[in-house]
Order: sequence, then structure tokens, then C-alpha cells
Amino acid sequence: QGSTPRAISIVPQAAPVAVFKLTQDFNNDQFPNKVNLGVGAYRTDEGQPWVLPVVKKVEKIIVHDDRLNHEYLPILGLPEFRSSASKIVLGDNSPAILENRVGAVQCLGGTGALKIGAEFLRRFYNGSNNTKTPIYVSAPTWENHNAVFSSAGFEDVRPYRYWDAEKRGLDLAGFLGDLESCPEHSVFVLHACAHNPTGTDPTQEQWKQIAEVMMRRKLFAFFDSAYQGFASGSLEKDAWAVRYFVSSGFEMFCAQSFSKNFGLYNERVGNLTVVARDADNLKRVLSQMEKVVRITWSNPPSQGARIVTITLTSPELFSEWQENVKTMANRVLLMRSQLKAKLQALGTPGTWDHITDQIGMFSFTGLNPKQVEYLVKEKHIYLMASGRINMCGLTTKNIDYVAESIHEAVTKVQ
Amino acid sequence: MLKAGRANKGKNGKKKSYNIPLSYYTHLLWCSSWWGGVQMGPPDPILGVTEAFKKDTNPKKMNLGVGAYRDDQGKPFVLSCVRKAEAIIAAKQLDKEYLPIGGLAEFSKACAQLALGPENEVLKSSRSVTVQTISGTGSLRIGANFLARFHPGPHDVYLPKPSWGNHTPIFRDAGMQLKAYRYYEPSTCGFDFKGALDDISKIPEQSIILLHACAHNPTGVDPRPEQWKEIADIVKKRNLLVFFDMAYQGFASGDIDRDAWAVRHFIENGHNIVLSQSFAKNMGLYGERVGGFTVVCKDAEEAKRVESQLKILIRPIYSNPPVNGARIAATILNTPELRSLWLEEVHGMANRIIKMREQLVAGLKKNGSSHNWQHVIDQIGMFCFTGLKPEQVERLTKEFSVYMTKDGRISMAGVTSGNVGYLADAIHAVTK
Repeated sequence: QGSTPRAISIVPQAAPVAVFKLTQDFNNDQFPNKVNLGVGAYRTDEGQPWVLPVVKKVEKIIVHDDRLNHEYLPILGLPEFRSSASKIVLGDNSPAILENRVGAVQCLGGTGALKIGAEFLRRFYNGSNNTKTPIYVSAPTWENHNAVFSSAGFEDVRPYRYWDAEKRGLDLAGFLGDLESCPEHSVFVLHACAHNPTGTDPTQEQWKQIAEVMMRRKLFAFFDSAYQGFASGSLEKDAWAVRYFVSSGFEMFCAQSFSKNFGLYNERVGNLTVVARDADNLKRVLSQMEKVVRITWSNPPSQGARIVTITLTSPELFSEWQENVKTMANRVLLMRSQLKAKLQALGTPGTWDHITDQIGMFSFTGLNPKQVEYLVKEKHIYLMASGRINMCGLTTKNIDYVAESIHEAVTKVQ
Repeated sequence: MLKAGRANKGKNGKKKSYNIPLSYYTHLLWCSSWWGGVQMGPPDPILGVTEAFKKDTNPKKMNLGVGAYRDDQGKPFVLSCVRKAEAIIAAKQLDKEYLPIGGLAEFSKACAQLALGPENEVLKSSRSVTVQTISGTGSLRIGANFLARFHPGPHDVYLPKPSWGNHTPIFRDAGMQLKAYRYYEPSTCGFDFKGALDDISKIPEQSIILLHACAHNPTGVDPRPEQWKEIADIVKKRNLLVFFDMAYQGFASGDIDRDAWAVRHFIENGHNIVLSQSFAKNMGLYGERVGGFTVVCKDAEEAKRVESQLKILIRPIYSNPPVNGARIAATILNTPELRSLWLEEVHGMANRIIKMREQLVAGLKKNGSSHNWQHVIDQIGMFCFTGLKPEQVERLTKEFSVYMTKDGRISMAGVTSGNVGYLADAIHAVTK
């Protein structure tokens, strides 16, 4: 039947994306006390998704505004969104903004921003064909980083040392070592804050050292900022590294996501901020990014960008948003301190300081794959095989169960 | 400043880095940019027209460039069924959790049913997969990437001559080669049926042929049903993979089933097609980016495998699609009163365009034009391939502030009863 050439019949079954498979398994689990510490989305203390109050307010404004329609946005996106989003990460008074050398592309979430940046770099960074240019991603990193860059045509995506499993912290010497020894002009994907999955960020002093090497060795900084505000509760604090690099004179990209800090996961709101040497270079870069966008999605979706723009450009709504962000960050901080306290009280072997030292949504617990399997299969606590837990999945109601289960896993399973 | 007198080697004999402040390097690099060699990209031929139009201060200016529907006041038209759907959705107070990679299930299902008809055997046997995409462009892109990775035959995509300008760069960037088959006959401003059959009969087996399901863009010239039947036969003989692009279902004739006739015929005829759908025009959801990509497979098992691979392709581009437009579309398609209202409104949009076609031709005749403008009425959908030459198009833009694409394509949606007279005058002026 059919004239389809036979070999669509040899399309193999692809493995499911791990984090979504985890959620699927969780959903299918009938155990009443199951806990989902997998996918990176905020949850309230009732374990429910949270639509930010400011977002609800703004959505009402949008629905009742008869002047708004559903026309195409420009290819690069809603202009006010792009500029206000860039200001959020760089600061209103960023010298680069004042010097007219900052531009942006509205993209489909942080993933989309990484994608457009990657596609542009493959075509234009350091010559016209960068398929062999090394892209360095942290070891470990968000699992989709590899795929974004390799699907953009980069053949050499490599790890840079980052997580020291033994001391459960940053392997600074390894990181700096890789920066010193990598080929010049390599591209480094840097987590702006709240490193995913380890929750371990360089200190300001460490960032300064990283920047010094990168500048000296002509390495390209591609920041991934998915948690601004979410990590410490302060937008400024969470943007420190990005701003430091800008003030140091880097030309760079920053992929911003508003999925977490606005809770707009499914509206796909992202921004690729571009900091260039000057306005002329910026203009040419944006014009080429436009061409990439046109053959990928033509122009971006309007709803999420409208919500963010209305919020960021109104002083009262902006304040309300900052409060909502603090609410989320504070709940995470509370869960961190409570989990650590409970593990210490239980006398669980090992040190658990990393739980409060780490920052943002995730914690790299240090649990090994066998212990993880125990938690999933025996205790119906779902977490990634890497030992990554989403702190947002913890609530005052399940934290005892989780702490006790971790204790069991660590003592029973080696 | 370099610190003088600092030892070059540290304790282990390893080279020690100087405590050189960043500003030193910044100064060195200040004059150069990574992007010095990046050329200015040309403005997009279609969307660039709108940008030029916006800058024009002539009060009589007309934007006949991009295919976005306008009402008879020349205003963007938000469908009532869309507003009603939005109110229903707002009242539900839904969360904003990530959609699955393949999108909103109720949307994908309804999208496939709309194209194939709900009783279609393909749907009943679950032998197709439909994923939600970023409107038509996103759908074509995913389709192109899928074919680039899995199509076993030649990676040649045959487009009708001419085709939508963005088809070529999309397929090319995905790694496919572009070829063409005759389609538009300039001497008649109509369909070159003989030329099309001739060219298609020579396409190497297992190549890919792209067909516009209805309301061909840019020409507005569609094959008649008998002609579609012959095309289907030849395509089958050549064992080609059919890629349908359906961006105007409902918009062409005003009837969604009639506009999907070719797609359904090919499936019935045994072709396992791939299909891109857009809801930008027929639901006026342009900026919400609502679309679907469908692969008709041999059986349900194959469909599952294909679905898993589509997800692998989607994830590194944008992870998962935006919910807003898909929710609106699903609500409309799945709520009987809204669906009826939608069908009425689509019919209304198509009718207004048909009326404008008639009025434009009447206006040209009234002006005493000696040319045959019948094709303006025969062509279907949003676009009209006027037959105007580039120099005439340039004059229209420069002298009359009438904006259109260089190929002579006008978007009839931009014509109103208020400006159709002006347009007739302007076209007559540059063609007499």
C-alpha cells in the first residue's frame, strides 16, 4: 500500500528524552506518596504548578485590550520585548546598551535562543564554516546543550571540567586548565547562574579568573541564563557574571529564558541578547540572524512576549514580578535548608553542606545510579539518574519522606 | 599594565599567568570584532515589503505584500470564534506547564481530522502521526529535517515553478537539493498542466515532490480535480514522496472539505504523504504560530517510530511548542458552536476576496484597459499573480505607493472596496 519509498519503514524507534520519560513514569505510578523530583518546573508547597499572580493580572489586561490582535510579529520579535529583556540581564544602565551595541532576537524559550545563536556561530564565527570549531559545554550540563549545538552542525562538542564529584563542588583548576589548553577561538557555553544540573556556580573571584583566561585566549562566551532571579531572589545578583563579562569588553551572546522566572514554560519566551563591538557590527549580525530565524520558525509567538513586556515596562507590575520571583526563590531556599537539616538529624552518612551551598532549582545530591534506582523503584521518588533533584518538588509535606528515603538509599545501597 | 619583575615560572616550573588586568586585552581587541566579516543580510523579500510600506507617508499607500487578511476597512481581522475561544480558555485558569515535545494532543488530533476528514481510514487505523509545529514554516522545517535524515531516495525536492519564496531556503538549509517542475504558464496566467505532467513524468523515482494543496502561493492557480487525478497517477507511477503544503484550507474556496480535496484524494489513491498545515490565515492566528506536521505511515507501529524521531528533531530547536494558539485552535475545532462560527467566518473571508477580485477586474475594464484580466478572477485564494513585470511593479510602488512583491504577486486581502478603485487606476496607469 502506498507509494512511500520503503525505507521510511526503516525509521528506528528513538529513545525518549529522559527527563520527560521520568515524568511519564511518575504520572503512571499509583503509589499515593510518590514524589516527582525530576523535571525543572517550579511547584508550590502544595506540589502544584504556579501561575504567577502578576502573570494572571497581565493576561487579563491582554484579553480585555481590544487594540491587540494576532498579527505577525517582526521576524526578530516584539521590539519592546527584546530591549526590555536585554535590560533585565545587562542592567538598565549597561554601558554596552548606552553605546548602542546591544541587540536581541526574541526566540522560542531558552532552547530557541541557544539554537539561533548556535546556527549563527556555525555560519559566521571565525570564518564561514565552523563545523569543526570546538564547542565546550560543562561536565555535566543540561542534556539538551549537546543536541542544540550538534544539530546546528558543530561536529566537535566537548566537555570542560566543571563538577568535582569527590569534593562536591566546582573543579576550578580543571575548568581553568581546559580554558588554557583548548584551541584558541573555542566557544564556551557558560551557565550565568544556578548551574544546571549541579547548582554550583563560580564565585565572583572565580568568574574573574575565568574571564581573564577567556579574554587572553580569544575564547567566545555564550551565556545560558535560564534562572535569573530564581537563584538568589535578586535579578542583579544572578546577572553578575554576565554583566562582569560585558564590562570587561567581551563580544558575547546570552540566551535568556523566561520559562522559570516568569513561570511561562509553555508560552516559549526567550531572548538571545547579542553584545557586539559597535552598532555597525551589531546591525550586520542581527540581519543574518534574521535569515536564520526566517527558515526556522519565520517569526516568534506573541503571547508570552506580550506578557513579559507589559510586566517589565510597568513599574508596579515589575515590582510585583520581583516579589513573585522572590517567593519562588525563598521557598527553594527553605527546602534546601530543611532537607539538609533533616539529613543531618538522621545522621545520614556523608556531608550535606552542598545542599545549601548549591543554588537554584537543582541539587546534585551525589547519589549514585544504584541509589537513584532504589529511590525510584522502591520509594517512588523520581529523580534523574545523575542524582539531580529538583528542589521545587519538595514540600513541607513530603520532605520527611524524602529525607528518610535518601537516608535509606545511602545506608542500604552502595 | 604588565607588572614588572614578575617571575615567569611558578613553583612547579609551570608557566605562570601574569596578573594582567582584563582592560589590557580589551584595549588590544578594541578595534576588532568577531563579526567584521559578516555581511549585511538582504531584507526578506516578502516581510521586507511590509517594512518598506510602514515607512511610506503617502495616505493612499496600499500594502499588498504579505499574505495577512484584512477586513473591508483594511484592518487586521480577529475572528469572533477566536475571541470566544480566548474567553473560554481564560475562564479555565489553566497552568503554564510545558507541553509535550509533540505539542497539545487535542490540537494535533483536531488538526489531522481537519485535513483528512474525521472518518478517514488513516486516522481510524492510527497510521499517521501529527505533531504541533511553529505554524507552516516550522512544519516545513521539521519536515525537511525529517526527510534529510530518513528519506532513502534522492534528496531532491521538486517545487512548482514558482513557489513560495521561503520554500527554497528552508529545504536547502536542511540539506536538500531543490529542483522544479513547470507549473505556472505566464502566457495564460494559468496552470501549465501539460508542462507539469511532462516534467513530473521525468522526475527520478523516489524523489520528493512538493504540492500546494490549494490556493497556490504565489500564483493563485490551482489544478482542477480532474487534473489532480492525473497528477496523482503520474506521481504514483514515478514512486515519488508527496509533500503537501496546505496553508490556506478554507481560505481558497470558502469550504474546508473542498480545499482539502487534493490531499484526501492522494491518500485515497494510496500515497503515504507528508503534510504541513498552517492556521495563520484560516484562523487569523498569525502571530500565535499554530501549525501541524503529519506523516502518513504504513501502519500504527511505523507511525510510533516516526513520532519518536520527530521529537528528537524538535527538541534541539525549541524543546516544545507554544501553547496559546494551539489551545485557541483546539477549542474552536472541538467546540461545535465555535466550529460552525469558524466555518462561517472563513467562508466570509474567502467571499470578500472573491468580491475584490471581481471589483478589481471591473475597475480595470472601466478604465479602458485593453488587457485580459480574467486570470484575476480565475485565480483562487489570497494571492493574485497579476502578470505585472518588475519594472511595472517598481512604478506601482514608487509612483502610487502600492507595495507588492517583485514577482507581481498581490495579496488580495489588502484590497478593500475603499481602495480597489485606486488600485485599478494604478495598475491601468503602469500597464496601458
